[in-house]
Amino acid sequence: MTVFGWLQILFVAALVLATMVPLGRHMARVYAGERTVLSPVVGPLERALLALAGAGARRSQTWLGYTTAMLVFNAAGFALLYALLRLQGVLPLNPRGFDGVEPFLAFNTAISFVTNTNWQAYGGETTLSHFTQMAGLTVQNFLSAATGLALAAVMIRAFALSGTDRVGNFWVDLTRVTLHVLLPLSVGLALVFVACGLPQTLLGSVDATTLEGAKQTIALGPVGSQEAIKLLGTNGGGFFNANAAHPFENPTPITDAVEIWALLAISFALTHTFGRMVGDARQGWALAAVMAIVLGGCLLVAQGIEAGGNPLLTALGVDPSLGNMEGKEVRFGSAASALYAVATTGTSTGSVNSMHESFMPLGGLMPLLLIKLGEVAPGGVGSGLFGMLVIAILTVFIAGLMVGRTPEYLGKKIEAREMKLAMLAQLILPATILGFTAVAAMMPAALASLANAGPHGLTELLYAYASATGNNGSAFAGLAADTPWFDVTLGIAMFLGRFGYVVPVMAIAGSLIGKTRAAASVGTFPTHGPLFVGLVTAVILILGGLQFFPAFALGPIVEHLLIPTGQTF
Amino acid sequence: MSQHPISAPSLLDGKILAAAALDAFVKLDPRRLVRNPVIFVTEVVALVVTLVFAKDLATATGTPLFDGQIAAWLWFTVLFANFAEAVAEGRGKAQADALRKTRSDTVAKRLMFDDPDDLAHTVVSSPDLRLDDLVLVEPGDVIPCDGEVVRGVASVDESAITGESAPVIRESGGDRSAVTGGTTVLSDWIVVRITAAPGTTFIDRMIALVEGAERQKTPNELALSILLSGLTLIFLITVVTLWGIAGHSGTIVSVTVLIALLVTLIPTTIGGLLSAIGIAGMDRLIRFNVVATSGRAVEAAGDVDTLLLDKTGTITFGNRMATEFLPVPGVSPQALAEAALIASHADETPEGRSIVALAEGVHGLAEPEGIAGANFVPFTAQTRLSGVDFAGRSIRKGAVDAVMRHLGTSFEAAPSAFRDAVDRIARTGGTPLAVAENGRLIGAIQLKDVVKPGIKERFAELRAMGIRTVMVTGDNPVTAAAIASEAGVDDFIAEATPQDKLAYIRSEQTHGRLIAMCGDGTNDAPALAQADVGVAMQSGTQAAREAGNMVDLDSDPTKLIEVVAIGKQLLMTRGSLTTFSIANDVAKYFAIVPALFVATWPQLNALNVMGLASPESAILSAVIFNALIIVALIPLALKGIAYRPVGAAALLRRNLLVWGVGGLVLPFAGIKAIDAIVAALHLA
Repeated sequence: MTVFGWLQILFVAALVLATMVPLGRHMARVYAGERTVLSPVVGPLERALLALAGAGARRSQTWLGYTTAMLVFNAAGFALLYALLRLQGVLPLNPRGFDGVEPFLAFNTAISFVTNTNWQAYGGETTLSHFTQMAGLTVQNFLSAATGLALAAVMIRAFALSGTDRVGNFWVDLTRVTLHVLLPLSVGLALVFVACGLPQTLLGSVDATTLEGAKQTIALGPVGSQEAIKLLGTNGGGFFNANAAHPFENPTPITDAVEIWALLAISFALTHTFGRMVGDARQGWALAAVMAIVLGGCLLVAQGIEAGGNPLLTALGVDPSLGNMEGKEVRFGSAASALYAVATTGTSTGSVNSMHESFMPLGGLMPLLLIKLGEVAPGGVGSGLFGMLVIAILTVFIAGLMVGRTPEYLGKKIEAREMKLAMLAQLILPATILGFTAVAAMMPAALASLANAGPHGLTELLYAYASATGNNGSAFAGLAADTPWFDVTLGIAMFLGRFGYVVPVMAIAGSLIGKTRAAASVGTFPTHGPLFVGLVTAVILILGGLQFFPAFALGPIVEHLLIPTGQTF
Repeated sequence: MSQHPISAPSLLDGKILAAAALDAFVKLDPRRLVRNPVIFVTEVVALVVTLVFAKDLATATGTPLFDGQIAAWLWFTVLFANFAEAVAEGRGKAQADALRKTRSDTVAKRLMFDDPDDLAHTVVSSPDLRLDDLVLVEPGDVIPCDGEVVRGVASVDESAITGESAPVIRESGGDRSAVTGGTTVLSDWIVVRITAAPGTTFIDRMIALVEGAERQKTPNELALSILLSGLTLIFLITVVTLWGIAGHSGTIVSVTVLIALLVTLIPTTIGGLLSAIGIAGMDRLIRFNVVATSGRAVEAAGDVDTLLLDKTGTITFGNRMATEFLPVPGVSPQALAEAALIASHADETPEGRSIVALAEGVHGLAEPEGIAGANFVPFTAQTRLSGVDFAGRSIRKGAVDAVMRHLGTSFEAAPSAFRDAVDRIARTGGTPLAVAENGRLIGAIQLKDVVKPGIKERFAELRAMGIRTVMVTGDNPVTAAAIASEAGVDDFIAEATPQDKLAYIRSEQTHGRLIAMCGDGTNDAPALAQADVGVAMQSGTQAAREAGNMVDLDSDPTKLIEVVAIGKQLLMTRGSLTTFSIANDVAKYFAIVPALFVATWPQLNALNVMGLASPESAILSAVIFNALIIVALIPLALKGIAYRPVGAAALLRRNLLVWGVGGLVLPFAGIKAIDAIVAALHLA
């Protein structure tokens, strides 16, 4: 660990902490349908949009109605994006004249952006027109994030309200989080980015002549605006193939720190929103503490390992003082790269400022672990919170009995129905990740896509399916993902990881919201103290760890243990 | 606690254990085992490994010694789980058998006409009785079926079900009209209207309950089984996919080893003990002479937030008692006490007895000679006074206004010390009596509800557990408040009618609180039915017994507190063993994962932190540990883990330390020890 590494962590942590309470409070008002500071500006638009939809569309829905609306909306978004990708050749704003996207790739990409994954099997600047980027991808960046935030609202209401079967209205929630949260934050952040030197133009590219006289085509575009929502919405799909390692997406250590803040800001603030809405801010802080502990632990390991350099290169005479610099940008260094890697995988964002594949085995294990723990530390916008709440429910169920009462969380009894649904949701992750990995690991057609053999190749596979299922979207690299097999299976994994998970979670919310909320007493399980924080952390690590430990042992762990033998992959 | 109807069999009762061991094999029937998914999966994979073992032997290939041992221990795992359940059931069966002896068919004297006044009857066998039949029961007769006394009064020996040898009075009308089949009339005769069809009597239901014949999973047990099944599925996925994932690096993992990994990961410990814990919880309640009509009620007892307790009999002794003599100026306490003692000599009411007891006990007085021949003035509703004319003394005692009227004066004219005393008594919830001798007021006696000793401490315990206590009384608010503060209850309902109770329960429930109460009267029935835990007194009416979800055979309302503790203990045992079971997995991973892959990647031996002898012995040791831990925890599952009345945070800390941290650490030591033995015996 370097001094610079510590300073950057402190700086980002302070930024996140400073915005957590005001942003969290603001979102609580947005969810509650109250006036916000932005109402004078976006209010007319909000009213106009909702009036357009008609009064019937504003009535509070049951969980099923809400979920159906969400699914229909996302299905429409998928169809639209797919059409856009296929037809981009005949659509406007295509200065470089790209053709329509191939069907498999279009399928994969459309699912990827609708599910907030932003897995990119394509190279942005060499495949997509400005129109596709702006009207297709950026729009979905907003809407998939807004979908996540709307779903989180339902889960929060499940605990905040009682004795009703109405969970809110999807269209109202979607409109309000977009207009009051995502849009204004993105506009502000985009301006900051442009001020920091990110390009924001509709030009396709400029041609430059290098000092040696070679011709170079430098791709340009509306980078600043897409960058803002890509991070704030934990989307992660970069304008450029190199993502945030590209100097136009992330030019300086300052933009780097701001980007990391943008990754974490909303997900952490949501815990405060939760605490406020359930009427006990400590409950939110406890969840935030769990997220911070898991994230911080992985960060310390990753930074420590990466700062140590690669012993094999050190043995060859490379100065290890900069740490392991393979696949990293010199302007960030190993510490900031590790921080970015952890933040982007902890939040299901998936943008990268360095190549995770080139991390040391255990350093690279940390991003993988964060994804596999279920993207809850702090997770994607909205999805992180409701994922964490599902884990909190499981924790309360397992440990809550130990106080001699049937389990309850925030006064809501956790019974067979909730347990059934929670286990159903929890099954999606291992079934999808391990299932597809196991099949791919034995399929020559899939293995042909791997750049590396042995444990490293296995990690590439595992990472790809974990990233897709966890809706992260980052790649371990080294995997040639644009093949029919991977386009389709990763597409299915993204779909299951998002909607297969969300539907049972919404059903849990629908069940909980009808229950009476019992008052807490000294006899009830305390869910705000350090003990609960430790318990939830343990459940995340044990449940997540136990599922994936054998696979990890065969991937990064054995690779790490092989370093002293000089065997690399 | 009073006598037990059936003494608790010891944990190591040889007969029960032998029967249970046999039963463990009977329970291997997959149709029965499928109700317990974790153990069912274990049985299926045990069968698979057995087939592998058979193939090894038949083809003389593979590793028969290893496969055979794994197969054997997997079968043991299933058998141990079955054994745990069988032991718990066996203890219940022992009770049921004892109860069944009391249920031998008897004859009944069925009235010929549907008229309790016409005692003409025919003798029929008790199974031939129908609902609403009238039967005559005379001294020495066994009451043939549950019913209600419609005529007469009799003393009944109910020791068959309650264990209490003192006979109880059963009479028509009022709150003591219910009789139970199998009990015996000792004196007098009664006419009983049958209220339960043969085979559905109280004893029949008790037998069915303790035998577990009607046992269904309780709500929390069901939810926990879902969690355990879910975990089993997750680990099934982990293990099955490992085949392909390991195949990537060319590792061929044997079926036996994968199965060993699966069985050690799925929560067999809690899966194997879950039903035993549930049965044992019901069993503990029965040993406390409380019969729950469903397991759901026992769980609900653990969740109770508010206890509704009747003042009389629960918080205070049944009657008001004299606690102090307060003389007017110029009269010594001793003189007042003596006068009161003489006046109360013939007063057989509990108040009168308590005055005698106070005078004799505290003031050391003895009854004067010749008192028996005195002229007693009995209490009448008109005078509201009683007293005695003896040896030239005319002593009267009674309500203050009655004594004033008797003296021809008014309360305002009485000495101020007397007025203050009376006011103070009334203010603190007591009842003042005035005493006059020879036309002169000599003082007051304080009659008070006496709070049972130790009850305040129990309420403090309950408060520490997060349970509110609410006293229900017919007293006026002033009296009620005074007793409430003396007993240390959190709230009280004064001048309570049955409707008030019901309303209070409903309002608490709308705030999500669970309520427990006990009651015996017919007018308690709606409240008993509304309460989440309603304990009816065995001495109560049939209506009350039907409405509640538990019946206390000792008719001791303070037992509500024990019932809550038993419910909590049941849930805690479940939670602790679940935590233990899951925490165990960490060590098992460190035993098996390196062993799985060490042939392909020798470097993975670095994960063999326990330094186990060989891959085979590591796997075998983990499987053996996994099986033996079930047996080791059977006594705990049956007895329940220790429960202390402290707050949830303290309980959680303690149990987490013991079962969570213990569950992480213990298997490391246990597997290492077993591995040492396995290696020493060259078993693997």
